[in-house]
Amino acid sequence: MSWDWSIIWQYLPRLLDGALLTLELVAISGLIGFALAVPLALLRVSSNPWVRALPFAYIFFFRGTPLLVQIFLIYYGASQFEAIKQSVLWNVLSQPYWCAIIAFSMNTAAYSAELIRGAIQAIPRGELEAAEALGMSRPLQVRRIVLPRAFGIVLPAYGNELILMLKGSSLASTITLLDLTGMARTIIARTYTPLEIFFAAGMIYLLISACFIGGFRLLERRLNRYQHYRHHIAHEMTDIDPRLQD
Amino acid sequence: MTMRKLIVTLTLAASSLMAALPAQAESIRIATEGAYAPFNMKDESGELKGFDVDIANALCEQMQAECEIVAQDWEGIIPGLMTRKYDAIIASMSITDERLRVVDFTDRYYSNVLAFVAPKGAQLDTSKEGLKGKTVGAQRATIAGQYLEDELADIVDVKLYDTQDNAYLDLAAGRLDALLSDKFPAYDWMQTESGQGFEFQGDDIDIDDKIAIAVRKGDPLKEKFNAAIKAIVENGTYKAINDKYFPFSIY
Repeated sequence: MSWDWSIIWQYLPRLLDGALLTLELVAISGLIGFALAVPLALLRVSSNPWVRALPFAYIFFFRGTPLLVQIFLIYYGASQFEAIKQSVLWNVLSQPYWCAIIAFSMNTAAYSAELIRGAIQAIPRGELEAAEALGMSRPLQVRRIVLPRAFGIVLPAYGNELILMLKGSSLASTITLLDLTGMARTIIARTYTPLEIFFAAGMIYLLISACFIGGFRLLERRLNRYQHYRHHIAHEMTDIDPRLQD
Repeated sequence: MTMRKLIVTLTLAASSLMAALPAQAESIRIATEGAYAPFNMKDESGELKGFDVDIANALCEQMQAECEIVAQDWEGIIPGLMTRKYDAIIASMSITDERLRVVDFTDRYYSNVLAFVAPKGAQLDTSKEGLKGKTVGAQRATIAGQYLEDELADIVDVKLYDTQDNAYLDLAAGRLDALLSDKFPAYDWMQTESGQGFEFQGDDIDIDDKIAIAVRKGDPLKEKFNAAIKAIVENGTYKAINDKYFPFSIY
């Protein structure tokens, strides 16, 4: 067993190309997924069981089946129907890139919707009652109170979901996309150096995750700044006059 | 069952086992993959069959050896040989420089060529100019995949698949203009319902790909296999097996 660093340097540019595609897939499906998740979550917490049913079924399906199966259903499944192949849909579905985006978006939308639902239900009742007491209409409550509060609460869990999606995106390699994993496997098929190349790919994934984690920490600071507020002020006061220390 | 009866039974069982052992000393264990139709695959009951399996049996008969054929996943097939889980690999394995560093190969028992597959009537021009801008697929980590990357990567859009079956699916779906594949499995696929609308295009690509039996380095089994391969080719056994699968010679 010999470890060959030079092979990593030699193929690093191609791995970075793959990483770029991975980031692109995660970013685009993340945005689409989140945009879908918010209305899904709001419907999901409706008191009307008929309104709740559709998002419930959607979330149940996408959380209950493996992402790989969803990708294969969209990529290989769609091509089995002549009707789809004749329609304009085929312009999109014939491309592995868009099939991956669709699968990842739908999948992350389901998970995120469930997270946001949890966050909405975790908002202290008093705050909603206060909003009502102020005479806010229902849409205004959602816009001013429910969603901003829910985003703050959901953030740590959502960061987790994004990292899961980053790793899930490696399944894009099964439908011929040369994302980070696809690129690594293609290089290995040539060089027979799985240890070095998978090690390098793993490190790049780790680096991307680290950036996500850092980014979310900053965002959390900002959106949940009320949590740090009092502590912060108290600290400044005692800096001025030690006697103020409670 | 009393204790005495138990002891008698065990002793009998043990002695019959002992008696059976010398007969098995001559046996050769052979590994194949079981996922590469029509060369090696499993039937409904999980039994191994195919061209490789028939050749293995014919060779064993020729050598008058007792053989046992076992299935082993592709990735672990050479390591398994080296750790003596079996003594030979008959699994449509190409002779390559990388493999020659760790195992010995016998003489070839068939020759592989690559061929382009496309819809019937596509009249695909398989010259470099003709392929310009086309989307061509192959299975990853195969000689066909390597050929696409080495020779045609600048000209065509290369798509690599995890399995040959997925590549067939995408060819049938119309996502690929053509598929570059080992010729004989593709021929087999064209005989199936989903492969009906496809045909070979252009000339075969002969990359001097010899398919042979792998044995451990320095194992005298290599010479025995070589003699047996020569014998079955000469006595017509090989042709009989060949004709069972292909209407043309693949030797």
